[in-house]
Amino acid sequence: MSPVEQPKHPSGDNRFKLLDRAITKHQARGDALIEILHVAQGIFGYLENDLLIYVARSLKLPLSRVYGVATFYHFFNLKPKGEHTFVLCMGTACYVKGAEQIQTALEEHYQCRFGDTTKDNSVSFITARCVGSCGLAPVAVLDDAVVGKLTPDESIRRVEQVKLSVPEVVS
Amino acid sequence: MTLEDLQDLAEQERERQDQKKHRVLFCSAAGCASCGADKVSAALKAKVKEHALDKECEVIGTGCMGLCGEGPLVKVQSDDTMYRNVDVRTAEKIVESHIVNGKKVDAHVCDTNVPFFTSQTRIVLENCGRTNSESIDEYVAAEGYAGLAKALTEMQPADVIEEVRKSGLRGRGGAGYSTGLKWGIVRKAHGEQKYVVCNADEGDPGAFMDRSVLEGDPHRVLEGMAIAGYAVGAQQGYIYCRAEYPLAIERLKLAIKQAEKAGLLGNRILESQFNFRIDIRIGAGAFVCGEETALLASIEGKRGNPRPRPPFPSEKGLWGMPTVINNVETYANVAPIIRKGSDWFAGIGTEKSKGTKVFALAGNIRNTGLIEVPMGIPLRTIIFDIGGGTPDGTEFKAAQTGGPSGGCIPADQLDLPVDYESLMKVGSIMGSGGLIVMDSTSRMVEVAKFFMQFCMDESCGKCIPCRVGTRHIYGLLDKISKKKATQDDMVLLEELCMMVKETSLCGLGQSAPNPVLSTLRFFRHEYEQLLQPVETFEGEPGIVVDFEK
Repeated sequence: MSPVEQPKHPSGDNRFKLLDRAITKHQARGDALIEILHVAQGIFGYLENDLLIYVARSLKLPLSRVYGVATFYHFFNLKPKGEHTFVLCMGTACYVKGAEQIQTALEEHYQCRFGDTTKDNSVSFITARCVGSCGLAPVAVLDDAVVGKLTPDESIRRVEQVKLSVPEVVS
Repeated sequence: MTLEDLQDLAEQERERQDQKKHRVLFCSAAGCASCGADKVSAALKAKVKEHALDKECEVIGTGCMGLCGEGPLVKVQSDDTMYRNVDVRTAEKIVESHIVNGKKVDAHVCDTNVPFFTSQTRIVLENCGRTNSESIDEYVAAEGYAGLAKALTEMQPADVIEEVRKSGLRGRGGAGYSTGLKWGIVRKAHGEQKYVVCNADEGDPGAFMDRSVLEGDPHRVLEGMAIAGYAVGAQQGYIYCRAEYPLAIERLKLAIKQAEKAGLLGNRILESQFNFRIDIRIGAGAFVCGEETALLASIEGKRGNPRPRPPFPSEKGLWGMPTVINNVETYANVAPIIRKGSDWFAGIGTEKSKGTKVFALAGNIRNTGLIEVPMGIPLRTIIFDIGGGTPDGTEFKAAQTGGPSGGCIPADQLDLPVDYESLMKVGSIMGSGGLIVMDSTSRMVEVAKFFMQFCMDESCGKCIPCRVGTRHIYGLLDKISKKKATQDDMVLLEELCMMVKETSLCGLGQSAPNPVLSTLRFFRHEYEQLLQPVETFEGEPGIVVDFEK
């Protein structure tokens, strides 16, 4: 097979080299679009239009298809996220155990609705559909760490803690 | 690797394990990992090293031990002692006192002679909590890949299908179609290529069975898929796993690599003519992708829109080729069936529902966690004996099965045996196995509204009954919960539910009204309490639906 020809990104941003590597690994196949968007979001943090255009050209797919896929799946962000993310589980078990109260408390405390980022760009609040740790309900994922058995006050304390990046104390 | 090599490997590994005086197991599944299992394991390892016990004692991370609400869990295998709520300090004590001096740390010992453990029958989870989830050797020592070896060396593909059909295994994803029949259709279907797909897109909120199997015993799923591949004549398998399960993905990747290296996946498996590869596809957070045709579209790199069936994926699936799609738990049942025979499996469960079912117990229940019970067990046994009932003496109100596609089962139906048909009769479904217990504090209209919001958000938007219908049902429920609705709205609600149920394209829409219908059936008084009395009603402007939201 002849090597896959890659259009170079004009910005010369080195991160595109990483993306190119992933595209080559999948032989620029259109059916690897979701995998490649995962990689792209991993590298750039979110999927801006320019990036989607680049992916579309590399995979020889219409931009509408790439944009359609990127907007269809919840996992892909088209907007930049804050420094920290607080993903509150809204699964049934967490709901029954009071996730809604946590949501209300955080929204009031930070004056920021779930789905948005705080004004100082420090924390993004997101809701999730069950993170599968129902035994510990209510659960949130705070910067990749699962925190369970939360209460409204404890949630605020945890968010403040990561904002200051105080190392976790063993409880 | 030949059959003899496989048996030698199993023998060697068993000998190695026997030489160890102690095996200290810690649960490394997501539940325990999120409450500090990594620190516990580090403490255990450090203490073992400090006491120079490396030769006689090994510390191993296993799959889910079940009692997730009491984690982190640690088990000393030599005398079968389980410890709960283990912190670093307790972990150190376990080594110092239990391992070195043979004296148990009583304060944290978890009684395993209670119904939570004794009422279970473990087939799918037999290795979870017993073997190292990252070691292929330990899986082989626990009779792993013996099912695949038996299929390849002693059985024709048609025999494998017949064996699975006779066992009575039905799809564990929820619909309950006979697995053997499905495989038979794919075998007979024409296509240059055939595919085996594993649905690991466990989207139901409140369900974590598949996650625990993938994290705790990934090889079992690979073996089941390989047997399916052999039976239907496929050479390629895909596991579609949701992106929310990074640990499961990591363990699967490792397991595939190990199996390929050992010659148990790849070309000429166990020196036979059978080739089979497995690749992982990662989802991106769309509930509808658990629907089989949407899942196939997603594997092809498209939007996860379902398509009408027929043609079923068994005839035209991935890239138009015949495709077997089964759930994780279904594949996890296959290897034991081949190994121990269909009669053994058919001896467990009820007449129409054979084998066991894994349930994830959560919500207002004392023992939250993962359990596996024989089919046909009464719901009461699951909730009150195994689950320990509701905490703090609150009153049990309803059990919810089947996630957003299922229904709520009230207290007076608790003697219902858990099998596909009985659950269907009360308007719920088996679903993938999430079981959420609600006590008297839960308001059923809010619960129905919660599920309807879920379905509304997750509707892919392709067909109108689901896209618009769920939104209007949500609007009506919202109106009822805000005490603005009248009896007319109730009539409308029921009509709308039936319409969405009957006319939606895929399973998501067809089952979306179930939570509303089942709560209407058993908890109608809660709706009626919220209605406006007719005489004081002064005319509301129809259904209030906020399309901007």
